[in-house]
Amino acid sequence: MAAASETMPETTRRTTRRTARRTVPVSRAVRRDWAVGYTMVAPVVLGALAFVVLPLGMVVWYSLHEWNVLAGTFTFAGAANYERLLADPGLADSLLASLWFSIGLVVLNISLALLLAVLLDQKLPGTTTFRTFFFSPVVVSLVAWTIVWSFLLQADGGINGFLTQFGLEGPNWLRHETTAMLSVIVVQVFKNVGLNMILFLAALQGVPVELQEAARLDGAGAWRRFRSITLPMISPTILLVSIITIVGSLEVFAQIDVLTGGGPGNSTTVLVYYLYQQAFRFNEFGYASAIAVLLFVIVLVLTLVQWQSRKRWVFHEV
Amino acid sequence: MHTPIRRSRAAAGAALATALTLTACSGAEPAALGDPETPSEPVDLRMTVWTADEKHLEMFQEIGDAYAAANPDLVAGVTFETIPFEDYTTTLTTQLAGGNPPDLAWVLESYAPEFVSSGALADLGPVLESTDGYDVDDLVPSTLELWQDDEGLYAYPFSNSPFAVFVNTDQIAAAGQDDPAGLVESGEWTFDAARDIAAATAEDSGKQGLVVRDFDYQLWENLSTVWDGWGAAPWSEDGTQCTFTDPEMVEAMRWIHDATFDDGALPGPGTTADFFAGDAAMTITQISRASALDGSFEWDLLPLPAGPAGQQNVIGQAGIGVFTQGENPDVAADFLAYFTNPGNAEKLATYFPPPRASLLDAGTLSAANPLLSEEQLQSVVVDGIEGAVTKPVHQNFAKLSETVRAELDAMWAEDADVAAVLDETCAVIQPLLEE
Repeated sequence: MAAASETMPETTRRTTRRTARRTVPVSRAVRRDWAVGYTMVAPVVLGALAFVVLPLGMVVWYSLHEWNVLAGTFTFAGAANYERLLADPGLADSLLASLWFSIGLVVLNISLALLLAVLLDQKLPGTTTFRTFFFSPVVVSLVAWTIVWSFLLQADGGINGFLTQFGLEGPNWLRHETTAMLSVIVVQVFKNVGLNMILFLAALQGVPVELQEAARLDGAGAWRRFRSITLPMISPTILLVSIITIVGSLEVFAQIDVLTGGGPGNSTTVLVYYLYQQAFRFNEFGYASAIAVLLFVIVLVLTLVQWQSRKRWVFHEV
Repeated sequence: MHTPIRRSRAAAGAALATALTLTACSGAEPAALGDPETPSEPVDLRMTVWTADEKHLEMFQEIGDAYAAANPDLVAGVTFETIPFEDYTTTLTTQLAGGNPPDLAWVLESYAPEFVSSGALADLGPVLESTDGYDVDDLVPSTLELWQDDEGLYAYPFSNSPFAVFVNTDQIAAAGQDDPAGLVESGEWTFDAARDIAAATAEDSGKQGLVVRDFDYQLWENLSTVWDGWGAAPWSEDGTQCTFTDPEMVEAMRWIHDATFDDGALPGPGTTADFFAGDAAMTITQISRASALDGSFEWDLLPLPAGPAGQQNVIGQAGIGVFTQGENPDVAADFLAYFTNPGNAEKLATYFPPPRASLLDAGTLSAANPLLSEEQLQSVVVDGIEGAVTKPVHQNFAKLSETVRAELDAMWAEDADVAAVLDETCAVIQPLLEE
């Protein structure tokens, strides 16, 4: 059929298409369905335009300006804010802090979530209780969760009090550069590991039992079955979880604000916190907008890279 | 290109989803106000404050309602909006960015130069001078300095609260230490004496010694209540040169470091201690905190101790300004003149030590502070305002505050090299001072 159409003269093909359009009349019922469909999606589309697309455009516009909030002036600055990005040592520090945070969070969160999911996937008593236990922090208010941890992590707080019971003297967790970043990561891992755990658990329960049994009959051990069957079968979920976790790690803010305020020094001043400081502490709204654009680009690139890399390691797509 | 912006428009930022909005603009030149023209219809005035104390708000509302009743053509009402102190300035500037500025606002002294020089605040001088019975000459000149620029006055310094030392005399007596009040009388009330008493009491009680309230190893500017006794300052008077490396400052910071890590006189980083809950022997804070005392222990209120450079009084100050970007600056200024006239200033003095010389006496203040004796009010408040200095201020304070905090973090460790940290601090902030 395709070959036949290719041999038609151009004018004949155009006529055929017009005729085809005319010969497939759109009924009133279909038009009504279209109207209903567009009406149904309109709120979402309008919402996305108003609260995603328009703000994105405005942030780019703001990033091209010097904006003195106190004086109320808004001056076009061209690429000045972007040139400043390149020379700002504070930005480099915050990118490094974001990198450390992301690496720590992704490695700890995903590996712990997978481990917990595998354990909870066993037919053992009490798994429901443990599943609830690990998932419950996900639904707790982030700020409340972080404030509680800030008390636990103080020099004379609950963690060090617990260590004292074993004759150990804990560090001042939030006052040393290494332990401060580690503390923020651990607090974030415990907050969200339950969500990834549930996603992995659902994926594990979708792995066909017959494949596992066939491998077992072929003499494959537990590790071999996990590596060669389970991991490939849950690879779409691993992709999903890694995208969510990496993007989420770049958006961390409340934990930093409550636990460390970006310190000690600037060791936990991640990119979003730096953006917040520039905008809301220093009133550098134009420069902060340029940082927001940079953050958007970073998130976009990382997501695209992960999405493209799926062809190499994601076994199948659902 | 200099674009005036008229109307506001809400927006959300990418990633962080910050709300950013264009706003009304009136240029950077400070404006002077005159008699308010009668608006087409009475306006609603809004003033932001950081107090959430019901008694404070009740008094403000009473004055606001009286103004509305006396000026029905000008105002329909006055609203006082509480913003938590921790986020006060941030929220205020966000309101400005969002095109929703209040008509009037309290402004913290640290940010006074930035607010005044930016043109955000209107010149109140002509309005106050032309208001019948206002008596501008009654305002103590030293209280106005921070809010003046050239010939203009850009805020009314409604609260001038001295820093003082609250003492838990029960804990100190239990530790067998000298009564600090006796040391004040004998002229031996020094920071060294306070440190010795604090360290010994902390060791005896198992609690904390001397707490520089709200410092918490973040708000470093509160340490000025200590280093002023050494005659030290973070930067030169004109704000252009870093002086963290001056010998006085190095000595003062070394004293603070040693008192913390060697003597245990000050609580270390990450240690919480609320004096008013009985967790510490002494605290340096403002007298307004006296309301937190619940009678669970005996206490005293004393002036700041003397350092090597003598005794220095330090005050925290807050001004009320009128925003040029507000919708009704003329009416707002007229209200401010009413809000702070001699009669209302006396009412406000109930809670906020006023800038009016005629009201700065222990008799007036004692009516408002039943917990404090007239002697305490005279020695700490009245004498404390005379010749007092404010905490550090600078036109670029927001950036300086954060940068110095980050640099000083290196000092709050037991083995820190104080002089080296201060050297590095100066190296980092000098460009900010020159901006």
